[in-house]
Amino acid sequence: MSLEKTRLRLGIVPLIDAAPLVAAKERGFFAMQGLEVEISREASWANIRDKVALGVLDGAHMLATMPLSASLGLGAIREKMVAAMGLNTGGNAITLSNALWERMAEADPAAMTRRPVTARALKTVIEEDRRQGRPPMTFAVVYPVSPHMLELRYWMASAGIDTERDLRLVVVPPPQMVAQLSAGNIDGYCVGEPWNSLAVSLGLGRVAITSRELWAGRVEKVFGVTESWARTHPQTHKAVLKALIQAACWCDENRGELAEILAQPAYVNAPAEVVRASLLGRFRYEFGGPEEDIPDFLLFHRHGANFPWRSQALWFLRQMARWRQLPPGVDMGRTMEEAYRPDLYRMAALELGLAVPTTDSKTEGTHAGLWTLTQASAPLEMGPDLFFDGSVFDPAAASQTSLPPGEEAAGA
Amino acid sequence: MSLRVIVVDDEPDRAVLVREALEAEGFTVVGVFPTGAGLMTKVPELQADVIIVDIDSPDRDTLEDMRRVTFEQRRPVVMFAQDGKPETIRAAVEAGVAAYVVDGLKAERVKPVVDVAVARFAQFQGLRTELHKAKSSLAERKLVEKAKGILMQRRQCSEEEAYKLMRKMAMDQKARLVDIANRIIEAADLLG
Repeated sequence: MSLEKTRLRLGIVPLIDAAPLVAAKERGFFAMQGLEVEISREASWANIRDKVALGVLDGAHMLATMPLSASLGLGAIREKMVAAMGLNTGGNAITLSNALWERMAEADPAAMTRRPVTARALKTVIEEDRRQGRPPMTFAVVYPVSPHMLELRYWMASAGIDTERDLRLVVVPPPQMVAQLSAGNIDGYCVGEPWNSLAVSLGLGRVAITSRELWAGRVEKVFGVTESWARTHPQTHKAVLKALIQAACWCDENRGELAEILAQPAYVNAPAEVVRASLLGRFRYEFGGPEEDIPDFLLFHRHGANFPWRSQALWFLRQMARWRQLPPGVDMGRTMEEAYRPDLYRMAALELGLAVPTTDSKTEGTHAGLWTLTQASAPLEMGPDLFFDGSVFDPAAASQTSLPPGEEAAGA
Repeated sequence: MSLRVIVVDDEPDRAVLVREALEAEGFTVVGVFPTGAGLMTKVPELQADVIIVDIDSPDRDTLEDMRRVTFEQRRPVVMFAQDGKPETIRAAVEAGVAAYVVDGLKAERVKPVVDVAVARFAQFQGLRTELHKAKSSLAERKLVEKAKGILMQRRQCSEEEAYKLMRKMAMDQKARLVDIANRIIEAADLLG
């Protein structure tokens, strides 16, 4: 079948997890599918959303929450968007300023030495500040409706911190995070790499917890297009997906070479050493600390990373509701099914001869190590999927309990 | 009361153009800032109603969040989020303008501000393209002249004959005149 369109403009935000798009262009995976792709570097997630919605871009590297939030029109023009594949799992971390870390270590030494580090000590520090009448601390994320926002709030809330009352949450573009931390304008942040490792390597902050520990195997960025584009360009969409899946495989296997490509000014524009370390999963939590090997810190393809799990979309929606980011009366099940499209992923991946899950959802939080997914066209090796607090997310049970509008999801 | 506007633009010349045009229309420009100037505090401090942002500024994502963190104050939301008019937004995006408007302001009150900004951004873009074109066509003319001179000297022909020869080569080879001129200059350099 012939392609509806061969010349495409795809948007990226200059981050390490734009890698599959960059590699597909630089290593010829788009060309192999008969596509001529121009990569457009965008300065903000708002640009990505608006340009995809208006058709200025055919598709883009998107926050995993964006197809959901754009489809619901949260704070912007409403445009139905779909994600037929994930671009990566993991890759984020929460970094705290050295000053805050020291206060936490003093307040609750036991809580700070055991990994994964909880926010228990942070709660003690916040309570101390309140008694002293000090202004609340400020934490930053990259976008209001983002996996980063949900990760940071989940981590804090599980220690009993009220993220609306106890602190200020602001949005800072990733390349400005380190400077803002250094200037003392923010006390901590949740961001993707290399902006955590950079703060550590400059001796400005310490990593409290990575997304690998917080919730392993969670989709971070997706490839998103509008629903109408997907409907009118089915063959082109499939060709893009095939190129991106192949590129994602390549990214997992060729990380050194990938680091060279990504570090260039046209892409991430960060020191090659720092980019390489985060791509190789050589992670330092603190300045001068040991280099720890976390091979699955950031995955592009392995362990089903490209499959758009609806269970994860539902988790995002439930957390968005928990933090009152959803308007009342949203049909979460329908939103998730319209925005996350495993059916489209399967069509592309099967043509590449890859094994694909035959189920759209899985129970999250039950595997500490490698396991085999048997609900698949052929057995599929999967990775850990634990939450740091030991909770289990069963999508079937979750979709049966309806949330009263504006009320917190119990336990979540 | 006249609407209070903040302009966020890293292109100082364009920012001046936008400011003057807005003031000429009777709007109050309360601040012009580059990216990263701390809009979180500036917007409430200056009581801005409308924020005009260069679409290539990363500050857009910060502005996207202001409706949540400044909930007790003034909450800017992305232009026409409520009654989304894709054609207005498309015109703005094409000109390179993003606009944020304090929640509750009526779209028809804000539209003139956005229209002025979009017009000035588009004009600036037009000026830049024109300047670029003028510069490149001047450079191209110079190259064609030089190549003509080379041909006239080597072939002992008139200027008109040299020009005709180059035009024929361009047509035969389906190339632009300036590309032919470049090849002639390169060949002459090689042959010394």
